[in-house]
Amino acid sequence: MTAVNGGRPTADGPVDGGPTVTAVDDGRLVEHRIGPGDDIPHGEGRAYPVAGDLVAVFRLTSGQLRAVSAVCPHAGGPLADGLIDAEVVICPLHQHVFELATGCSRTGQPALRSYPVRQDPTGTVWVSAPAARASAPPAGGDGR
Amino acid sequence: MTQRRPRLVVVGNGMAGARTVEEIIDRVGPDRYEITMFGAEPYGNYNRILLSNVLSGVEAEDGIFLNSLPWYEENGITLRAGVEVTRIDRFARAVHAVDGTTTPYDKLVIATGSVPFVPPIDGAHHPRRGFHQGVFTFRTLDDTRAMIRYARDHQRAVVIGGGLLGLEAARGLQQYGVSVALLHAAGHLMNAQLDATGGDILRRSVERLGIDVVTQARTERILGRDAVEGGRLADGRTFAADMVVIAAGIRPNTTLAQVSGLPVERGIVVDDHLRVLDEPDIYAVGECVQHRGQTYGLVAPLWDQAKVLAGQLTGTDPTAAYHGSRTATKLKVAGVDVAAMGVTAPERDDDEFVVFAEPRRGVYKSVVVRDDRLIGATLVGDVSKVGFLMQAFDRGSPLPEERVRLLFDLGGPPAEVSAAELDDDTQVCNCNGVSKGALVATVAGGVRTVSGVMDATRAGKGCGSCKSLVGQIVEWAAGGEVAEDPAANWYVPGVPMDKPTLMAEIRACGLRSVSAVFAALADGREDAKSKMGLVSLLRMMWGEEYVDERGARFINDRVHANIQRDGTFSVVPQMKGGCTTPAQLRRIADVAEKHQVPLVKLTGGQRIDLLGIRKEDLPKVWADLDMPSGYAYGKSFRTVKTCVGSDFCRFGLGDSTALGIAIEERFQGLEAPGKLKLAVTGCPRNCAEAYVKDLGVVAIEGGRWEIYVGGAAGAHVRKGDLLATVDTPDEVMAVTGRFLQYYRENANWLERTYAFVPRVGVDRLRELIVDDVDGLGAGLDERMATAVAGYRDPWRERDAPATPGQFRTALPLVPLPAVPVRAEGSWS
Repeated sequence: MTAVNGGRPTADGPVDGGPTVTAVDDGRLVEHRIGPGDDIPHGEGRAYPVAGDLVAVFRLTSGQLRAVSAVCPHAGGPLADGLIDAEVVICPLHQHVFELATGCSRTGQPALRSYPVRQDPTGTVWVSAPAARASAPPAGGDGR
Repeated sequence: MTQRRPRLVVVGNGMAGARTVEEIIDRVGPDRYEITMFGAEPYGNYNRILLSNVLSGVEAEDGIFLNSLPWYEENGITLRAGVEVTRIDRFARAVHAVDGTTTPYDKLVIATGSVPFVPPIDGAHHPRRGFHQGVFTFRTLDDTRAMIRYARDHQRAVVIGGGLLGLEAARGLQQYGVSVALLHAAGHLMNAQLDATGGDILRRSVERLGIDVVTQARTERILGRDAVEGGRLADGRTFAADMVVIAAGIRPNTTLAQVSGLPVERGIVVDDHLRVLDEPDIYAVGECVQHRGQTYGLVAPLWDQAKVLAGQLTGTDPTAAYHGSRTATKLKVAGVDVAAMGVTAPERDDDEFVVFAEPRRGVYKSVVVRDDRLIGATLVGDVSKVGFLMQAFDRGSPLPEERVRLLFDLGGPPAEVSAAELDDDTQVCNCNGVSKGALVATVAGGVRTVSGVMDATRAGKGCGSCKSLVGQIVEWAAGGEVAEDPAANWYVPGVPMDKPTLMAEIRACGLRSVSAVFAALADGREDAKSKMGLVSLLRMMWGEEYVDERGARFINDRVHANIQRDGTFSVVPQMKGGCTTPAQLRRIADVAEKHQVPLVKLTGGQRIDLLGIRKEDLPKVWADLDMPSGYAYGKSFRTVKTCVGSDFCRFGLGDSTALGIAIEERFQGLEAPGKLKLAVTGCPRNCAEAYVKDLGVVAIEGGRWEIYVGGAAGAHVRKGDLLATVDTPDEVMAVTGRFLQYYRENANWLERTYAFVPRVGVDRLRELIVDDVDGLGAGLDERMATAVAGYRDPWRERDAPATPGQFRTALPLVPLPAVPVRAEGSWS
C-alpha cells in the first residue's frame, strides 16, 4: 500500500510536509514525521525515537515499510541492525525472530509493538504511535 | 465450455492409496481429478500399524483413523467404502464392483495392499463356513475386534508366527487375561530381521513377559469340531488352545490384478514410475506391488512410492522415479526394543562382523561393515545407538575407526552420551540454556523435525557444538518417528538445494546477488536466515563480480566490527602474526584514550581489542587508527597466531613468526563457510597452539614443517589431523591455499573445519590437496589467487558510507543494561 521505489512516491494519504506531529485517526494515534524515506535502504532498518519509544523502521526488498519497537525484549538487542525478509526480523544478538507485520515473536519472546508506517508522496516517512501519555494533543493539533 | 476433469479411480483405501491421494491433493489441489476411492473395508482410512495398539488397549479405535469421512467430502472424493472391486476392464477402462456398478477411469491406481498369509493347516477352515470360529488372522480392524471379543471369555490363546505381527498379537492378547503361547516354524524369532543369537535373546525377553515360545513348530492341524480345542505340530507334539491367531506373515494382494489379466509375479509388476507393466494408465502402489523383484511390507517404502506416483499423476514431477528403499526397522516388539537394518550376518570373507551379546540383560547388538560402510545392524534390548546407525546405513556416512563405538558410547564427552541416559534437566545447549526436558516437550508438542525443534527452542543456535546431541534427543523423543528433514542437506534453509547443486545453479543462471538467488531458486521468497550464507557463497564464487546488497549482510559485515551484548562494537586492528610496533601501540593507545574506549583487551588471536565502540564512532576510530581491519568479525580468515620462533627462542626450529605473517598477509579477509583461525608454531612445544587450529603449522627438526587441519579449541575440542609434512615455507603456503580453497568450495555453511575434515576424511583430503590425484590442484590455486587479489580493506568505507545511515546508531535513548566498565585496578 505504501510502496515507494527509488524515491518515486506512490503512497496514499494526504500530503503533509508541515508539522512534525499531526494527530490523525480517532485521536488515539498520532502520526510522527520520521524523515526522508531515502534514509532507509532496501532490505535494511534504521532506528528512530518516536514518542518516547525507539522505533525500528524497515524497508522490505519490495520497497514496503514496516515499523516495530526497536529493542529486543530478550536482552535489549538493537533490532534495526537485524536481518530481515518479507516477514520477519532476526535480532542480531541471540537470533530471536519477530514478525514485522504483527510484532509477534516466533521464538517465544514477548511481542514487539508494531506501528503503522507510511511514506507520503514527498518521500517523507510517517509512523503512527499512541498519543503521548501525559498530554494527548487535541484533534487536528500539532502540539508535542 | 467446461472440460470434463479426468477421472482417477483408486482401488484400495488403505495407507498407500490414501497417502497417494493426499500427495496428489498437496501438489495440485483436489480439482485436478475427479477422484473415486474403493475400500473393501467399510471404514475410512486407518493406520493399520496401530492395530497392535488397539489390540493391546493402548489406543482407542478412533485414534488410528488417518482421514475422517469429512476429509473425503471436503476434497470432493467419492468414497465407496465396503465395496469390493471384482474386475478391471483394461480395454473399456472401467472397474466392476461387487455391487454391480461399473466405474470408468482415465487413470487407475491399484493399492490393494496385502492379505494375511495362512499356511496350509488342516482344520483351520471349516469346509462350509470359512475360518473356524476360534481361528483368526490379524490384518483388519474387524479381525482385531473379533480377537478382543473372543479373548475376553477364553483361557488359552496360541499365536502361530514368531515374526513382528505374531509377537505383537501375543503381547496384545495377554491384556485380556488369556495365557498365550507362540509357535514359530523357524529356529528363532523374527528370523527375517534377526540372526539366531539375536532371536534367542529376544526369545528370553519375550518369555520373561509370560509368553511361552516354541520354535521349530510347524502347525499341521487344528483340533476341535465346534470349538477350537488345540492343535498338533508336524513332529507330533500337541497343544491345547481355545483360540488360534494365525500371524505368519503377509502376501501381496494380487487377486484383482490377476483376474484382470495384469502382470503378477509375487506382486503386481511395476516399473520405476509405479506404472503396471505395459499399461499406460494403470499404476500400483504399496504392499501389492513388486518393484525390481522386491516387495515391501513396511510403511516407509510406501510413503516413498506414494510421492513418486503423485509426481507422475500430477505431472508436477514427471522425472520422479522410485529406485527401491533401504529398509530399516525400529520397533518395540512385545515390549522389547528391536531395531534392524540391512543384512543380519556377514556374507563375504572380508565383511567385518562385530557382535555383543548379554543374554541375561536381554541385550544383543551386531553390525556388519563392508568396505567401511555399514551394510547391516541388529539391536535387541538396547537401541540407544540406533540413530547413528540408521544414519550411517541410509547415508553411508563415515564410521568410527574403533568399530566397537558403533555399539557403545565409550566414556566420551557429553555429546556422545546416548539420548536416553540423560536426565530431563540436563542442559543440552549450554549457549542458550536448553534442557533435554525442553527438547522432549517440544517433540511431544508435535514438532517432528530436528530443525523444527532447534527453531522452537533455539537449541544448537549458539556455538552449534551440541547439534548432534540435539538430533539424537529429538530422534529418541520421537520414538523413531522423526520426520525426514528435507532441509537437513540444504546449504541454507530458504533454498532447497545442497551446496553443489546450488553452486551449479548459481553458475548456470549467472546469479550474482542474494536477491537474484531468491528470485530464481526460491520462488522469489526471501528468507532472512539464508542471507548470510548466500552472501558468503556468492562472494566466494564471484569475487569482484558479486553484486553487493547490504541488507543481506549480518550487522557485523555491514559495519566491519563485531556487535557486543550492549549493542556496541569491538574494533580489532590487524596485527599480522601477533607482531606490532611501538608506533602502532602508541597509536592504539591514543585512539583508546581519545574515544574513551571502555575496555582494551588482548585477544586469543594475539591482537588488541578495543571494546565498547559506538556504531556511529566506528569510522572515526578506524580513521584515527589508520590500520587495516583485523577481521575479528564475520565468517572469514581471521588470524595467524605465532610464537617467537627462531629469532629469540632457544628451542625454535623454524621462523614461525615470518611464516605466520606471510600467511596472514596472503589470505587476509578471505570469505569462508566458517571463521578460520590459524597458527604457526616454531617447534613441537606448540606455544602458538597450532594443533588445535583450523590450520596449524608446526616446525619440526630438519627444517621441515607439519601442516595440521581440522583442529579446534573452542566449544568443541579436537586435535587437528596431519595433512602433510613439507620442506619449505613456500610449500606450506601452497598447501594452505589449496586446503582453504577446497574448504571454501566444499564445506557446508557454518561447517567449521573440525567437522568438515572428519567428514571428508584426512586421507581423502591428502589425496586431493597434496597428491592431487583428481587434478583439482591447479584450479584451486587459480581461484584462490583470484580471491586474494580481490582483497580490499573494508575499513576504507570510513571515507564514504556504503548506504545512508550505515553507521547510524540503532540503540535506544534509554540506556540498556550496560556492560560494566572495568576501571583500572578494579579487578580481582
